[in-house]
Amino acid sequence: MDDQQVKFYQVGSFAVGNRLLDGGKHTVQADRARSNSLTSGHRACQGCGEALGARYALDAAMRATEGRLIAANATGCLEVFSTPYPETSWQIPWLHSLFGNAPAIATGMAAALKVKGRSDIRVVSQAGDGGTVDIGFGCLSGMFERNDDVLFICYDNEAYMNTGVQRSGATPPAARTATTEAVGAEPGNVFGQGKNMPLLAVAHEIPYVATATVAELHDLERKVEKAMSFRGARYIHILVPCPLGWGSATSDTVRLARLACETGVFPLFEAENGEITATSKIRHQVPVEEYLRPQGRYKHLFTPTPRPEILKKIQQLADRNIARFGLLAGSDEAELVGAEGS
Amino acid sequence: MMQKPFAITLDVGSSLANKTGSWRVERPVYVDRMPPCNDGCPAGENIQGWLYHAEEGDYEAAWRGLVEDNPLPAICGRVCYHPCETACNRAKLDEAVGIHGVERFLGDRAISQGWHVTVDRPPSGKRVLVVGSGPTGLSAAYHLALLGHAVTIYEAAPAPGGMMRYGIPKYRLPRDVLDAEIEAICSLGIRLELEHPVGDVVEEMQDGSYDAVFLALGAQLSKRAYIPAADSARILDALSFLASSEDGEPPRVGRRVVVYGGGNTAMDSARTAQRLGATEAVVVYRRTRAQMPAHPVEVEETLAEGVKMTWLSTISRVEDGKIVIEKMVLDETGFPQPTGEFETLEADTVVLALGQDTDMSAIAHMGDMSVRDGVLQVDDDMMTGHPGIFAGGDMVPAERTVTIGIGHGKKAAHSIDAWLRGERHATVARHELATFDRLNTWYYSDAPKTVQPELEGIRRRSTFDEVVGGLEADNALFEARRCLSCGNCFECDNCFGVCPDNAVVKLGPGLRYSFDYDYCKGCGMCVTECPCGAIVMEPERV
Repeated sequence: MDDQQVKFYQVGSFAVGNRLLDGGKHTVQADRARSNSLTSGHRACQGCGEALGARYALDAAMRATEGRLIAANATGCLEVFSTPYPETSWQIPWLHSLFGNAPAIATGMAAALKVKGRSDIRVVSQAGDGGTVDIGFGCLSGMFERNDDVLFICYDNEAYMNTGVQRSGATPPAARTATTEAVGAEPGNVFGQGKNMPLLAVAHEIPYVATATVAELHDLERKVEKAMSFRGARYIHILVPCPLGWGSATSDTVRLARLACETGVFPLFEAENGEITATSKIRHQVPVEEYLRPQGRYKHLFTPTPRPEILKKIQQLADRNIARFGLLAGSDEAELVGAEGS
Repeated sequence: MMQKPFAITLDVGSSLANKTGSWRVERPVYVDRMPPCNDGCPAGENIQGWLYHAEEGDYEAAWRGLVEDNPLPAICGRVCYHPCETACNRAKLDEAVGIHGVERFLGDRAISQGWHVTVDRPPSGKRVLVVGSGPTGLSAAYHLALLGHAVTIYEAAPAPGGMMRYGIPKYRLPRDVLDAEIEAICSLGIRLELEHPVGDVVEEMQDGSYDAVFLALGAQLSKRAYIPAADSARILDALSFLASSEDGEPPRVGRRVVVYGGGNTAMDSARTAQRLGATEAVVVYRRTRAQMPAHPVEVEETLAEGVKMTWLSTISRVEDGKIVIEKMVLDETGFPQPTGEFETLEADTVVLALGQDTDMSAIAHMGDMSVRDGVLQVDDDMMTGHPGIFAGGDMVPAERTVTIGIGHGKKAAHSIDAWLRGERHATVARHELATFDRLNTWYYSDAPKTVQPELEGIRRRSTFDEVVGGLEADNALFEARRCLSCGNCFECDNCFGVCPDNAVVKLGPGLRYSFDYDYCKGCGMCVTECPCGAIVMEPERV
C-alpha cells in the first residue's frame, strides 16, 4: 500500500490506528500488546492529560528499547496518583525521587549502568512542569551540561496541580491559578515572566530536544523513538492539559492540546545540538480565543467584562510563535531561534 | 531468588486492585447511528456498510452487502440521482463521496467476474405473480425469490426492463449492463413471460393459482395537451419517441426539434434528438430553470451537449416547420401567467414530454381499488384495497425514479412474504441520524473527489456511447476510502488510544471494542475523539 492511498484513507494517519495499514505503520498505542507502562487503577483525575501523556511516551520508549527501560520520577501528580502505598500502576522499573532531584537520580542510574556495562538498559527521568522548570532546574541543567545518557520528559500542565493549582514558571500569562487570582487590572498570571524550558534545553546544545502534545500521538511517538536513538542528554516537553487546573471539561483534554498547536500557542519543534531542525505545521489555524474560551482559568477574559486587549496580547504571543518557528505551511524561511542567540 | 521482573525488588500490589470505575457518573456506550447516505437511499441500501468492505478492496463482500437490498447496482450506479450524495456529510468538508461511482464499479465488477447470489431459503410453496418487469417488478421478484417464493413475471413488452429499456436512453444505460443484471435476477428461478399483457388481474391470479400479486405497471402513457396544429405538423410523444429509438426504425426528426416539457424525459428526448441527427434541439418549458422537475445533473449534462432551453414559454400552436410560443411571467404564487407576447421558433418536429400516466385498465373494474389523481392508493405495507394484491413504483403515489421503484419492490416483497404467513412485516426502528456535528473531522484528511472521466462533449452528441465513464479499481478504492463512516465504528483505535485509564478493550479485527467499566472513570474523552460519532455518554444508573 503506497503512501498516497494511506493519506487519502478516511482518517489518514491522524487517528491512533488504521485497520487498513500493516502493523509496522501502527502507533504503539494501537497495539493490543502495548506495555501499558502506566496501567489502570491509578488515581489521576478523570480525563488526566498527564496520565495519558506518560503512557504514550513510556510505551513508545519501551518499544524503542525492547522493554529495557528504567524510570526515575520526581514528586508531583504523576508520582502521587500512580503509587499510593502499597499499590503501583507502573509496569516498568520505576523509582521515586525527591521533587527537585529526578535528573540527578537518573544521572546516577545511567552511571551505574555504564559501570556494569549494561549499555542496553536505558534511563528515563520524568517530572511535571514544577519539578522541571522550577524546583528541578538546577539538577536538570547539570544533567544537560554533563550530557548524561538520560531522556528527560517534562509533562507540562502549566502549574502545580497536585498541591492545588499554584503558579509555576511554566504557567502562561493571564491564566488564573491559586496564586495568580483573577483580580485587579491585570488578572491572572503576569505577562513577561516564566521560562521557555524547551528553548532553555536547546540552549544547552544537547543532542536532542523536542516538544509534543497528547493530541499528536504519531508525532509524539516518533519523537520519543528518535530520542532513544541518541546517546547523551535528551529532552522532550509534552503539553498535557489538566481538566482540574485548567477548569476544562474532562472530555476536552485532547481537544485543548490540539487547539494549543492549531493556535500557535504551543509550537511543535525538534532541535539537535542547539539547532532547530524541524517544526510541525499548523493544519487548520484558529484564533487563540477558541483555545482560551473552553478553559475556566481564562474565564475572566470573557465574563463579566470581556477583555479583548488581553486576548490580543495572547494572540500576539501565538503569532510570534508562528513567525518564529515557521508554523504555517509554506513558511520555511522562519526566523529560527538558534540564530537568535548567535 | 525471587521470581520478579527485571529490576523489581519490592513486593507491591498493583493498582489494578483499585476499581476506579466507581468514580463514574456517566458511562460511554458504543452505538451505531444512521449515516445520512443510508437515510437518504430510496432503495434502503446500507451504503456505509458496503463501502466499509470496498475500503479494504474486498469488492465481492461489498457487492454482496449491496445486493442484499438492491439487485441492480450497475444500473443504479448509472441512473440513480444519488440522494445519498446529496445527504453525504463529507460535502461539508470538501465534496460528497462519489457513492454512485463505487456502486457502478461494484455492479460492473460483479458482471465481469460472474458473482451471483443464491437462494438459501427452502421453497415456501407459495406462488407470487409480479406484473411488470421494470425496476420495481424486478426488485420485488428478486426479493420474493430470495425469500423462497415461486415468482412469475408477466411483461407486456417484447423485452424486460420497463422504462429502463424504453425510457432511459442507451447513452445513460448501456443495454448489455441492463440485460446482464436482469438475467442475474431471472437466474434465481424466476419465470419471465414476455408479451403477456394483463387484462384482468383477478382473472390472471385465479388462472395461475397465485397466492399474491404485485403490480408494477409503471406509467407508460404520455400526457397530452391540446395544441392547435397544422395537419402537416410533426408532433410526437416523448415515450414513443424514446421507445422507437430503442427498437425498430429510429424516427426521422428533421433539423430542428422542439421538446415541450421540463422533466427528465424532456432532457432525454432533446439529447436523443441530437443523436438522431437534429442540428438543434430546444427545450420549451413554461416555468423557470429552478422549477424544472428534471434533476439538476441532467439539466447540466443536457446544456453541456448544446441543447438550448427556452424557459417561461408555452407553445400556443404548431404550424408547418415552426411553432408559436407565448412568453410567460411568474405571479406572486410562482405560477406562470401569459403575457400576450408571442415569438416564432423554427421546428421540424415537436416532442411532447408533459408527464406520464398509468394504464389502469387491468384493475379498472375492481371496486376495492382506489385510484386518486391518476395513481393507485396503497397502505403502509404497499397493499391495495384488495387483499393479496400489492402495488408499487410509478403507479402509486411517489416520486418516479428507478431507485424509488427498487425500494418499493423490496418493501412490498417483505410485506407479501409476511402476508403469506398471515403476519405483518415488522419494521426495524431507525437509528438516530449521524449528523455532521457529531463527527470529529480533525481526524479526516483532505481528499478531492475523483472526477469521472467524461467523454468529449462533441463525441456525446454524435453517438449513443455512454456519456459518463466508470471508475477503475484504484480510484474506486480511493473514492470508497473517502467515506467518513458516519455514526459507525470503523476501528480507528482512537478510543483505545486516548483513554487515560486503559479502560477500552480492543477485541480484534472486525470485533470492535468494549469498555472495561471496572476502570472507566467516565471522562468522555473517547466520545470527543471518536471521529465518526459512534460513542455516547449515558447517565450512570444509580
